Amino acid sequence: MNNTISTNIVRFILLVLVQVLVLNHINFLGYINPYLYILFIILFPIKNNRMLFIFLAFLLGLTIDLFTDSGGVHAAASVTIAYIRPIVLKFSFGAVYEHQTIKFSNTDIGQRLTYFLILILIHHLILFSLEIFNSSKIILILKKTLFSSIFTLILCLLTTILFSRKTK
Amino acid sequence: MQQIINFIIRNKTFLLFLLLFSVSLVFTFQSHSYHKSKFINSANFLTGGVYESFNNISGYFGLKKENKILLEENNRLKSLLINAKTGEFKNVYIDSSILNKNYKYTAAQVSKNSYSLTNNYLTINKGEKDSIKEELGVITSKGIIGIIDKTSKNYSRVRSILNSNIGINAQLKKTDHFGILSWNGKSPYIVQLTDLPKQAPVVVGDTITTGGLSTIFPKGIPIGTVASFKTDETENYFVIDVALFNDMTNVGHVYIIENLDATQISNLNNLDE
Repeated sequence: MNNTISTNIVRFILLVLVQVLVLNHINFLGYINPYLYILFIILFPIKNNRMLFIFLAFLLGLTIDLFTDSGGVHAAASVTIAYIRPIVLKFSFGAVYEHQTIKFSNTDIGQRLTYFLILILIHHLILFSLEIFNSSKIILILKKTLFSSIFTLILCLLTTILFSRKTK
Repeated sequence: MQQIINFIIRNKTFLLFLLLFSVSLVFTFQSHSYHKSKFINSANFLTGGVYESFNNISGYFGLKKENKILLEENNRLKSLLINAKTGEFKNVYIDSSILNKNYKYTAAQVSKNSYSLTNNYLTINKGEKDSIKEELGVITSKGIIGIIDKTSKNYSRVRSILNSNIGINAQLKKTDHFGILSWNGKSPYIVQLTDLPKQAPVVVGDTITTGGLSTIFPKGIPIGTVASFKTDETENYFVIDVALFNDMTNVGHVYIIENLDATQISNLNNLDE
């Protein structure tokens, strides 16, 4: 149990630093940035105190907001995906989730992909809608959402594969 | 009463979500309106410190380019000086005691810069300790960068010209027609000059500089050149795309300008309100 807490604290700090110091400066093709920090929300242990989880997601988003001077857009997006995560889990993993025994490294790649993709898409859509906040620029919002989601998804999958401990 | 408490306990997760979501929405809306983002800014000691220590390392990679910019500026200033001594300005009497006396310059280093969002900010490593205040102008040797928007003890945040909330008084260099500089959020190399009267003789390639109407920037700081222009819907004003002199994606050293007469001027302006 202690191990899980320390892993998550280290993961929180590491993801924030990587996000603000490296990934925010990529600007691929001028505006496409990956938002890897939501991996913290995606990989948070499923057996958890939901209140604490939502609060931590808020804190994570707010930290990113502090660094990027973006008001509260990251906080809003992170809190939302933290709140709807159980629904997405149920949708993508089905009955296995009910027993609360799944480990992300053991799941089917297709299921994991759907789970990642849904959360990333919702997060990015809220993020860019609030950031641009102009209904006449809806095309720009959708474009940013789509391209950044692809980038984030690839990076999330690569990171989980790279850092998964194969103890079999 | 019992029912209300039961309701709160039953829906506590949802209520917490709603609370945190609305808090972040409030922060977001505050950041969209001019001058209201109170708590969430990168000029505090934590974020400023992290950015500065990272910049101490990454700054080495841009040294070559930074040196080149400084050399260019030196070159320009040297030639001005030589020409003033020997050239055509020889007989012009310059009273150096009144020259630019109203403006105080402070050098600073940018530790964080962004240009891909709709509201971009920079963080610089000078703050209240170096007598930096809000509403001071920030420039480089090539042109303007933005306006100081938030200060802490050691750091300040600069509202970049690549920010949809910016409005800077700007004019054509050759005539005194002025307009308002803003940004449409698209390219970090192009800003827009609006509300310029149609009578102004605009040609592609003309230089745009700051106007003397605001108390923030002195008159004549370069901004960019006219890339293209058209009239707006009312057909009375020009909308001009201005190609910036500064490469906003790569900013190293900046100067902060303080107008020492700013309070006097604004006091005068407040008289007739």
